[in-house]
Amino acid sequence: MKRTQFSSPVLPYLFLLPQMTVVFIFFYWPSVQAIQSSFYLEDPFGFGSTFVGLSNYTDALGSGEYLKIAWFTAVFTIVVTFLSLSIGLLLAAKADGVIRGSSSYKTLLICVYAIAPPVAGLIGMMFFDQHIGPFVKLAAWAGWDMKVGINYYDTAFAMIVVSVWKQIPYNFIFFLSGLQGVPVSIREAAAIDCRSPARRFRTVMLPLLAPTAFFLLVINMTYSLFDTFGIIDVIVKDKAANNPITLVYKVYMDGFRGNDIGGSSAQSVILMIVVFVLTVFQFRFIERRVHYN
Amino acid sequence: MIRNILAASLLLSTSANAFAATDITWWHGMSGRNGEVINEIAKKFNASQDACALTPVSKGTYEEALAAGIAAFRSGEQPNILQVFDAGAATIINAKGAAIAAEDLITQAGYTFNRDDFIDGVRYFYADSTGKFVGMPFNSSAPIMYTNTGAFEKTGVQPPKTWEEFEAVAPKLKEAGYIPLVQSQLTWEFTENFFSRNNIQFATNNNGYDSVEGTKILVTNPEHVMMYKKLKEWYDEGYFGYFGAGWSDNQKPFEENKVAMWIGSSGSFGGLQKTAQMPFSATFLPYWNEIKGAGTHSFIGGAALFAMSGRSDAENKCTADFFEFLTSAEIQYFWHKSTGYVPITKAAYELAKKDGYYDEQPVAEVGIQQLSLPGGEWAKGYRMGFYPQIREVMEREYNRIFSGETSVEDAMKTIETEGNALLARFAKTSG
Repeated sequence: MKRTQFSSPVLPYLFLLPQMTVVFIFFYWPSVQAIQSSFYLEDPFGFGSTFVGLSNYTDALGSGEYLKIAWFTAVFTIVVTFLSLSIGLLLAAKADGVIRGSSSYKTLLICVYAIAPPVAGLIGMMFFDQHIGPFVKLAAWAGWDMKVGINYYDTAFAMIVVSVWKQIPYNFIFFLSGLQGVPVSIREAAAIDCRSPARRFRTVMLPLLAPTAFFLLVINMTYSLFDTFGIIDVIVKDKAANNPITLVYKVYMDGFRGNDIGGSSAQSVILMIVVFVLTVFQFRFIERRVHYN
Repeated sequence: MIRNILAASLLLSTSANAFAATDITWWHGMSGRNGEVINEIAKKFNASQDACALTPVSKGTYEEALAAGIAAFRSGEQPNILQVFDAGAATIINAKGAAIAAEDLITQAGYTFNRDDFIDGVRYFYADSTGKFVGMPFNSSAPIMYTNTGAFEKTGVQPPKTWEEFEAVAPKLKEAGYIPLVQSQLTWEFTENFFSRNNIQFATNNNGYDSVEGTKILVTNPEHVMMYKKLKEWYDEGYFGYFGAGWSDNQKPFEENKVAMWIGSSGSFGGLQKTAQMPFSATFLPYWNEIKGAGTHSFIGGAALFAMSGRSDAENKCTADFFEFLTSAEIQYFWHKSTGYVPITKAAYELAKKDGYYDEQPVAEVGIQQLSLPGGEWAKGYRMGFYPQIREVMEREYNRIFSGETSVEDAMKTIETEGNALLARFAKTSG
């Protein structure tokens, strides 16, 4: 590769400046503010505040409800990530093998991705509506008295189904392009060596897909943790009550609806730490096993 | 059509002429039909005088309007008028200096302000402990009970006035194939207004009016616990239908003629006329006959307008002018008729009566009649900080009662513990 030389040592920094400004204004500065206000209990209008040390953190982490939400967030993230990755991979592997009419299949699978999360939530909510939902009627036929909005587990089920459904097309696109990037020569060589397609897939195709899969793992986890906000908001219809919510939704409820600036800042700092730990873990332990060409 | 174009061009020319007018803004949390009516009121105000030009801006929901108002205030960009809903009232009233008391604003502008002009139910809710109006009551509603006329004709029973009477008629309504009772917001209709209708203390420190320090919520009151035990009992026997914390999920079965009684807002009247598939009427929110002193008026629901501080005197004068305009009998009557919210002044109520509005629409009078019932010591209002969050705790625990995850006693204890913790946190925010 050709090395680019800059004539002046200042120039590269100048090119970096716009990006760094954006990162600073929209990430570092609010983060510092959040850390600062997490140590205070503050009047929402900004008239008074009391320094409370770590008590916003201990209040959150000591609350059974908060821990319950954290537990749900973890389970939700793992289940949504696992299901949307595996279903996406399965569909991609199948679509990769289709010869006739493959583009129409692909288009049908991909077009769901164009739906915005709140719209996906709305469509999903209609499926699971207590009064008119077709899925609820189907479940009733099978003897399942489904009560989304009242029963914790039924609501969790609806949330997971809608979130997974929304994310499959994204994974599908990446897995499919990953599969199609595998050279024909390798496929033919593998076909000569091994008769079982399942084994070929596991031993040859999967390792070659690893960089894509790793990238998708990171994306899907952040999706489940943060981007499902719109879906959750629509499903709980603005009233969380006893329904499951994720940690991000809790920050929104306490901060924007409850006007508790200190408490919600502490919660968002906790989230920042979680994301930081996750990132370190992913890059130190998982990425090592991924072989980029 | 031509008349519309004429009216539009007339409006354009008046706004073009009004270049010297003082601009004031009003942030609110209403949308749909109510938002349109607000725009009409602003147009009427702007057309009625030249000195001020009012621009209403919808900020989404009540919560979003409050959050936007707070963010704007902190950066010095606050609107002149901010609409704040009932549960958020403590947040703005306790932030001393965020709002100018409506009463002061109006008297400083040279108008006379008479508290007795307002109907009983709205006089204290947004006032301080001395009775001075801090917020200007605006869209006010009452929780009332809508009744399915057909269901009562079929069974030959009368809509109940008390919960004792309800227990007597519920089995007959159930037999006739109806769910006897549903409601749309337990926190507002069966907790807050349980305390007002039955005249029971809701929080220490004079329902929170006297001080934020040491205020405690009294949800474990035995009568309040009894109310929820009854609700659970009725739910198990099929006398009470519960479809979660969402408002419309519970309203829908009533509209579909499956329910005999639905407790909603007096402001639901307009929408219900379009969506209900059967004739309906309305009556007061029931109370318990066995509770001594019960039968007082309910708290007002809805929202009030707050004049934000930090704006110029000229702008404040315009805000006062608008408050005067808004509380005039004609505008109140217009608002009442167009939205279903109650008129807040006695003069407006008289005007509506004189105009024969209630002869045509008797249901429209139920809310204001309920708010005009005799008051009691504990029916004036409540003031608790972080109350929106306390409501969320209630919603969570009430859902758990009906899904069988917890008992009524445990739920109330949890609400008391978490509610008191939130109140103590709020007391610290003022520094």
